[in-house]
Amino acid sequence: MSTAPRLTALDALHRSLGATMTDFAGWDMPLRYASERDEHNAVRTKAGLFDLSHMGEITLTGPEAVKALDYALVGNISTVGVGRARYTHICQEDGGIVDDLIVYRLGETEYMVVANASNAQVVLDALTERAAGFDTEVRDDRDAYALIAVQGPESPGILASLTDADLDGLKYYAGLPGTVAGVPALIARTGYTGEDGFELFVAPEHAVELWQALTKAGEGVGLVPAGLSCRDTLRLEAGMPLYGHELTTSLTPFDAGLGRVVKFEKEGDFVGRAALEAAAERAATNPPRKLVGLIAEGRRVPRAGFPVVADGQVIGEVTSGAPSPTLGKPLAMAYVDAAHAAPGTSGVGVDIRGTHEPYEVVALPFYKRQK
Amino acid sequence: MSNPQQLRFSKEHEWLSAAEDGVATVGITEFAANALGDVVYAQLPEVGDTVTAGETCGELESTKSVSDLYSPVTGEVVEFNQDVVDDPALVNTAPFEGGWLFKVRVSAEPDDLLSADEYAALTHSDN
Repeated sequence: MSTAPRLTALDALHRSLGATMTDFAGWDMPLRYASERDEHNAVRTKAGLFDLSHMGEITLTGPEAVKALDYALVGNISTVGVGRARYTHICQEDGGIVDDLIVYRLGETEYMVVANASNAQVVLDALTERAAGFDTEVRDDRDAYALIAVQGPESPGILASLTDADLDGLKYYAGLPGTVAGVPALIARTGYTGEDGFELFVAPEHAVELWQALTKAGEGVGLVPAGLSCRDTLRLEAGMPLYGHELTTSLTPFDAGLGRVVKFEKEGDFVGRAALEAAAERAATNPPRKLVGLIAEGRRVPRAGFPVVADGQVIGEVTSGAPSPTLGKPLAMAYVDAAHAAPGTSGVGVDIRGTHEPYEVVALPFYKRQK
Repeated sequence: MSNPQQLRFSKEHEWLSAAEDGVATVGITEFAANALGDVVYAQLPEVGDTVTAGETCGELESTKSVSDLYSPVTGEVVEFNQDVVDDPALVNTAPFEGGWLFKVRVSAEPDDLLSADEYAALTHSDN
């Protein structure tokens, strides 16, 4: 197997913009162009442009595509209307989370599943296997799309200047085919930043043209290219889970505080149902560790894997941590014992290389945009 | 980026000024600051601390990671840069000037410090 990193259709453009590149799930991706803090703030106050072409697209078509998805995933996909999208999980038989996904319903019998880059192959394999008994075709579309996201309060205006699509009619978690800057695109009002914004799925050969058109359209309103580093601090502030950090195969959606994505009421069996019913009962009667937010009183930054402590005892573990440009303080998401999970619980700290730094327990998210 | 000719450099990406009255200034290079990304927290050695060439004497934390700070020389710390403690981004914006880290009364220095040109060759940067 080749170990050479995969390059997105925008690779040369990133390099010409001076991006610091990083390996991400086998892809060479932009980490940041200049200051990640400036990029973060631009997305919060103006707009940022992201290359997310490493994400994994899988298309299911055919009369039983929806039945296959209802069996393979924990969500109720049969209630998703054409042009809408749904956040969901794919779980193992034992309830462990394989990945978190967005499923777009593109047509009556056509669905696109977007998986995390690091899990794209696992999800593709699982969907292929789970769909085998249904009248549907599972297609690996990872090479069929480049994905460009424009995120931030200026993004509707920027996009509106390049498309005739009805953006006002496009709600959050919806997607429709259209044309942007003359390029055919699936225009989705989704994102991973806590801001209003759009994700544009296009053929790779159109990616550069679209990126340049968006850059030009955003010139006057402060649009900047933004890398994966600020994407991580943006999603952390917005309290959004990241696979491999807040979500893993050793946790069920109930353990992750996301039990609402599991739809027991849907028709038929689905992979993980029995284990998840047990997990739901456990979560209701004997709560496991809970996912909470932690805000630092000092300036040292908690990182994934650092112990959360109270009274000298380890009561949890940090799953994600970073300095927050918006709050000006280090933040963390952590799983902590239920006894210490209530917002305002006192005496909680994080063990940062041997020193117990004080932290405030808060409800997630840390940041919510004003609508 | 350009590494000032009058400085010397460690392989761990610290710079060291020529000693005046036995006291030299230490910082990290622009190359290192760029690699770190936005520095958000600096733990510097305190006045009176003894630092040892090649050993850790503090840490620099950026958005994505924390890095040990090594001392390029052995000696006693006589001053640290409070401006950097208050505004760690100075390390990024002025690594060779306002973003200096500490001053040390040099008692011994290793013989493998690099010239600006040698350091540029090490980091494949222009000089």
